Amino acid sequence: MGLSYEEGKKAAYKGFILLLIVTLLEVGIALVGNGHIIDGFHLSKLIMYPAMIILSLYKAYFIVQEFMHMKYEAKGLAMTVILPTLLLVWAVIAFLSEGNFWKVKRAAVDDNAEMIQPAQQDDGKQESYIPEPSEFRVK
Amino acid sequence: MAQETLTHDHDTQHDVDHQGENWNGGNEPFKASYGKLMMWYFLLSDAFTFAGLLIAYGTLRFSSPSWPVPDFVFQAFPGVAAHGLPLIFVTVMTFILIVSSVTMVRAVQEGHRYNKRGVVVWMFATIIGGAMFLGCQALEWYTLIVKEHMTLSYNPFGTHTESGTYLEGDGHGINAGDTFVAGDSYLIHMHDGEYHNLKYKTADGETKTQAFGPKAFGQLFFAITGFHGFHVLSGVVFLLIVMVNVMSGLYHDRGNHYEMVEKIGLYWHFVDLVWVFVFLVFYLL
Repeated sequence: MGLSYEEGKKAAYKGFILLLIVTLLEVGIALVGNGHIIDGFHLSKLIMYPAMIILSLYKAYFIVQEFMHMKYEAKGLAMTVILPTLLLVWAVIAFLSEGNFWKVKRAAVDDNAEMIQPAQQDDGKQESYIPEPSEFRVK
Repeated sequence: MAQETLTHDHDTQHDVDHQGENWNGGNEPFKASYGKLMMWYFLLSDAFTFAGLLIAYGTLRFSSPSWPVPDFVFQAFPGVAAHGLPLIFVTVMTFILIVSSVTMVRAVQEGHRYNKRGVVVWMFATIIGGAMFLGCQALEWYTLIVKEHMTLSYNPFGTHTESGTYLEGDGHGINAGDTFVAGDSYLIHMHDGEYHNLKYKTADGETKTQAFGPKAFGQLFFAITGFHGFHVLSGVVFLLIVMVNVMSGLYHDRGNHYEMVEKIGLYWHFVDLVWVFVFLVFYLL
């Protein structure tokens, strides 16, 4: 503990006010941005999302540093805990772009499904049709 | 020869003693006790578990042509209003968790100055906060499952992909003749145990019925908030055990500034930390 008892006590209540304000700010952005407060007023998602993500990351940073006392631990301890989480930056980018790729792929497959109507045979049965892999290529 | 070996062994032993004070015990790496260090590494691994779940949510959301809008899905305040209060209930839940985090900080601080009574009082406040959060979560799940009929296999929260006019009403605010545009959200209500997907006419004059939303939404919601709720529940149980031990004077006698309270405090703050991201991903974005 790097703080005296009285200082720590004050810091705890200050932290409470801070987290409360940041949370209300986030909810405020969500409600105003989605047009719940002012009729007909919307914020662009390009402003809302980064703002809410940055505010959340700040809350996380504050909880770890102050409430979990990471600030007062040895530097080596902080590094062994914080550095591995940087791998998540890669994971978020890789998986979200993969998810987006699925969406594009799915749209292409749906389009092909509409395009390729199995031909009707004389006896009314449908001819089985196996599409070539090339037909699923993204248009 | 024997003499030489002996001398050599002696030298080696001396070297080990001299350089290897870090390996022979008695030293604390990173100036932290074994328990505290391992709590940090457990929390790191748990952070990766939650990150995996939340990244799965992001991946499936990115892969889906439409996704339920949070301020439409979460607009009920159990006991007050069934709709019309977007995100207010979950803000109250977040507030409860923040308060319980602050009371935990206070418990740890009282432990540092060996104030047993103070530790018990603040830990008890923390337990009440945790229990209140769990109660709120139970109400939220109850609303979604019993009132709005979201299950693992059906997600009644859909999004219109084109404009059109309803051909029938649902008795919950939508009347025949009401119009909607692409991007509008809807909830498919249940009548007599069956989902009642409304018929509508598109701008081209085609008649269609409301489609269900992506069911991954409900599955991920129950899995992720459920897993977080399970952490809160185990946290409350651990806090109770530690509080009883504090009352018995066990940690006071250890003379290590109530370190057990500090360790369970780390876990409790982590539960709050995870909620920051669950709140962001499920309710804000």
